[in-house]
Amino acid sequence: MRCALLACALLPAMAWAQLKIDITRGVTDPVPVALVPFARAVPADGGLDVAAVVQKDLESSGRFRALDRGAMPSQPSRAADVNAASWRAQRTDYVVVGRVVTVADGNVQLQFELVNVLTGQVLLNETVTVPQSGMRAGAHRVADRIFEKITGFRGAFATRIAYVSVDGAPPNQRYQLWVADADGENYRVATQSSQPIMSPAWSADGEWLAYVSFENRVSAIFVQRVRTGERRQVSARRGVNGAPAFSPDGRRLALTLSGSNGNLDVYVLDLTTQALTRITEDPAIDTEAAWSIDGQTLYFTSDRGGGPQIYSAPAQSGARARRISFGSSYTARPRVSPDGKMLAVVTQDGSGFHVGVIDLASGQLTALSRGALDESPSFAPNGAALIYAGRDRGQSVLAMVSVDGTVSSRLKADQGEVREPVWGPFLN
Amino acid sequence: MKQRTLILLAAVALLAAACGPKRVDEKPAETGTAVPASAESSGAQSAGVATVDTSAGSTSQGALGPDGPLGSQRVIYFDFDSSEIRSEYIDVIAAHGRFLASNANVRVRLEGHTDERGSREYNIGLGEQRAQTVKRALALQGVQDAQIATVSYGEERPAAAGSDENAYSKNRRVEIVYIN
Repeated sequence: MRCALLACALLPAMAWAQLKIDITRGVTDPVPVALVPFARAVPADGGLDVAAVVQKDLESSGRFRALDRGAMPSQPSRAADVNAASWRAQRTDYVVVGRVVTVADGNVQLQFELVNVLTGQVLLNETVTVPQSGMRAGAHRVADRIFEKITGFRGAFATRIAYVSVDGAPPNQRYQLWVADADGENYRVATQSSQPIMSPAWSADGEWLAYVSFENRVSAIFVQRVRTGERRQVSARRGVNGAPAFSPDGRRLALTLSGSNGNLDVYVLDLTTQALTRITEDPAIDTEAAWSIDGQTLYFTSDRGGGPQIYSAPAQSGARARRISFGSSYTARPRVSPDGKMLAVVTQDGSGFHVGVIDLASGQLTALSRGALDESPSFAPNGAALIYAGRDRGQSVLAMVSVDGTVSSRLKADQGEVREPVWGPFLN
Repeated sequence: MKQRTLILLAAVALLAAACGPKRVDEKPAETGTAVPASAESSGAQSAGVATVDTSAGSTSQGALGPDGPLGSQRVIYFDFDSSEIRSEYIDVIAAHGRFLASNANVRVRLEGHTDERGSREYNIGLGEQRAQTVKRALALQGVQDAQIATVSYGEERPAAAGSDENAYSKNRRVEIVYIN
């Protein structure tokens, strides 16, 4: 392992088809690895170059450097055929070999082995079985296993992102909510409108997206089943309907309502019974609720103390809220880490708005990004990185930063504006 | 049909705000020159009120038309992170209030906006606060609750592109949109 334990946080792949990745800061000592093209099963593999998908995932993490195919001494498909010395001569530490094999009932097996050429040891000898249509997802799972074996941390390559894009000039703007694989492939529009779409949020099982849409000229909250596109409106109350967040068990939705007096407060809606529980009741702006991983606590933004800060309150009732954030005059928009120990936030200092994290045990607030207009941080499901939105020289960008701050990358859209990226859970 | 009229009026309102006399947007960050502004708008509003009182129900001509005194002053601007009405807009809002109070069948939608800084949903809250502040000021003139709808777009529908104070000052606003 080339990196110190804590510095070895994983930055999962973010190479987008429509967006161009640019590693702005990588580790100084990436792990050299060789991904040998897999032996194919024609035509069942559909022409997918599995090793290329794995390579792109690993390299986009900023932690690996792949050997050029032209420099490979040979292209075996079994560990037994790997001549370790010939690979060491190419200055690679690891070699991955594999085979795509068709099996009964239309499935495909991705059989792969990971060899440490310094020691000659076969570290992994595994098989990922997928339907023919799921080969790309299978390749991401192979990348996850290799990443985890070498770094010790779970990979998040088999994940999805949702984000909002806006193009066109007013009044002919088009807002689109996109879902894509974490490497940018398989991108498709989940919903679109001539009116604003905002605040997408995944359910914990990855089956649903909740979001705010102004398609009826006022804000309303919709939930949409990602697989089928089926959608329904869950809150169109008078006034503001905003900031939806699924509870960890998927049965409740935290949301922001204002009623007709325009005073924003946090509520919890039971999606089955439609019972509405009020969580905050004060004249301040209370919004942007996020659930603790046990579903018992809500973290939210409130300016009851003057400027926006993060508070927490029990999710069951309107008991007294407790202030969580200190150290900045503006801290907002909390998102809870997968292990429940940190919040991702937007925080302001003398150089602008950045994304950062609050360690809940110590209260320590650490800014991680360096732009002046950074916003909308979302944790990768392995907790190691944040994706967020920012601006660079007048252009909107999506960007990632590892939670330890060592690796960052940026993705620029070819056209239009991109915003509000939100990282979905691990795919099965 | 009504939907299209609604959109047309909103477009007219936006155009009027963009192309109307610049006195209200010229100095969005200052409050010192309030006196000349209110003097001008007082003059305008007294003419507007006179016209308006005799043409109750008329919205596309007279006071509210694109060239009318109220038609060209439909956007109220705000300071950063504030929903307080600056003194230079008090008379403008009062003029709209008097018109609406005299024409109880006329309805408005107050659309609240912010600049792009900070988090989006918090900005929805700030835009809503701005719309509510204008609503309360109209209510003081006797406008009925049923005549006023509010909506906040937060930072989602800027009037001006750009990431400088010039653009920001144009985006921190409430638009008064006549919907019938």
